[in-house]
Amino acid sequence: MTALTDLYQEVILDHNKSPRNFRALEGATHSGIGHNPLCGDQLTLYVVVDGGVIREIGFQGKGCAISKASASLMTEAVKGKTTEEAEALFTRFHDLLTGPSDVKTDAKGFGKLAVFSGVREFPVRVKCATLAWHTLHSALAGGGASASTE
Amino acid sequence: MSTTVTSAAGLDVAAVRRDFPLLSRTAHGHPLVYLDSANTTQKPEAVIRASDRFYREQNANIHRSTYRLSEEATAAYEGARETVRRFVNARSTREIVFTRGTTESINLLATSFGQAFVKAGDEILITGMEHHSNIVPWQLLCERTGARLRVIPIDDRGDLVMDDLGRLLTEKTKLVGVVHVSNALGTINPVKALIGYAHAKGVPVLVDGAQSIPHLGVDVQALDCDFLAFSGHKVYGPTGIGVLYGKESWLSKMPPYQGGGDMIASVSFEKTTYAELPAKFEAGTGNLAGAVALGAALDYVTGLGLPRIAAHEADLLFYATARLSEIPGLRIIGRAREKASVVSFVLGDIHPHDVGTILDQEGICIRTGHHCAQPVMTRYDLPATARASFGLYNTREEVDALAAGLRKVLEVFGA
Repeated sequence: MTALTDLYQEVILDHNKSPRNFRALEGATHSGIGHNPLCGDQLTLYVVVDGGVIREIGFQGKGCAISKASASLMTEAVKGKTTEEAEALFTRFHDLLTGPSDVKTDAKGFGKLAVFSGVREFPVRVKCATLAWHTLHSALAGGGASASTE
Repeated sequence: MSTTVTSAAGLDVAAVRRDFPLLSRTAHGHPLVYLDSANTTQKPEAVIRASDRFYREQNANIHRSTYRLSEEATAAYEGARETVRRFVNARSTREIVFTRGTTESINLLATSFGQAFVKAGDEILITGMEHHSNIVPWQLLCERTGARLRVIPIDDRGDLVMDDLGRLLTEKTKLVGVVHVSNALGTINPVKALIGYAHAKGVPVLVDGAQSIPHLGVDVQALDCDFLAFSGHKVYGPTGIGVLYGKESWLSKMPPYQGGGDMIASVSFEKTTYAELPAKFEAGTGNLAGAVALGAALDYVTGLGLPRIAAHEADLLFYATARLSEIPGLRIIGRAREKASVVSFVLGDIHPHDVGTILDQEGICIRTGHHCAQPVMTRYDLPATARASFGLYNTREEVDALAAGLRKVLEVFGA
């Protein structure tokens, strides 16, 4: 049951139940739609970027606990960061999730996002945890782009 | 898992389980509980051996050579065709075309039948509970020809709204495609009645038998369907082999689907003439060992007896419906009057993928997602469901394991 309780930690269950920044933003400068065709998970991301900094961010959509909690925690993590910092964090987050399970990854600097390190034991769920991040990446890159996990 | 039970239907399930080597493995330290047979079935020893034996003892290309080994390979392959003919009660092996599976069977039909008989303004009628494989090939045909796809709706329980048939079946309808058993809802559709209505208007009917072949069997003459598509891997046979049955009167009027070896009578650069049925539709070297092993699978099912299998699975469906209904917040999707052994469900507001992951940790395999039937999910306003589906080797104990696993899901989510 250890792997399972690592995956469904309190923080994840909490953000699944009460996602933060779960709203559409009027005046968003960037937005993106992400979907995972295998699961049917779908989310829309709204971002206000001003002077290269993510000032506001919100999302709406449907998904599993992992994808919803990941989107919620991502919005908290990137708010106030520059877009470059957010992209760099995505790269490190992705490594955290996909690194070999026998290599201990330094979870320092991830803050609450460290709760997703348990996902690496569940390779099919990595897409759930990264959907919001892929969507952020394409929103920042293209404005109205859509991201797919496939 | 203790499986000393002989089911109420008289199927010796413990003995049956010993026929399936994979069922003795474990997953995450638990006995494997495989409840995903609507997705693909496990294979009995007889099927694994038939495939193995073909490669060890019979392998040569068929229909091409003068030597003894090739004759034996051809006999094995054509023997499998005869087994399929007998299983679905076709009039002739000329009506049995080997394909890669249901999907290829329907693509073959849509392409070839479409080329011969469908033009702009015509209509193809399907149902709201088709698998994507009986939707997309027709959409492609409609895009090519300017024909129109129409859909018989489903009601809240998961039955077809047959009252709409009179409105939807018109002089423009060129073909009706209907799934015999819904993979997403379990509904057994009244295909015989539907075929009767269609024939009264001179319209041929394709039955998607992917889910009905392993559970109910299909007698093509009793049903009087014009076409039947099914896959080997859902009836305890290998992947990559399937069947398109077509009445000879239709197949003989249809052009080839693919060109190549084995489907010709003679080839010159000026003019090629095509082989007789069914070779006309079997270009290239097919899945020979797969066909032979499919024959073995159908023999295995026939040996156990379809009525006994159906009765055993009906018992599992009845038991699972009762046990799952006791679980707080669980809602079964698909409550048709007649159902096959498929239980689709949602558990409170817990996403089916989370349900699937937690059950997997208990060694329980179920399908989660849209089941390649997104229009069905849309109909019930769900992104996905969890689905347990039962085969001839499943037991009531495994249903109990599923119920216990679902209670664990509730525990993890604090629900």
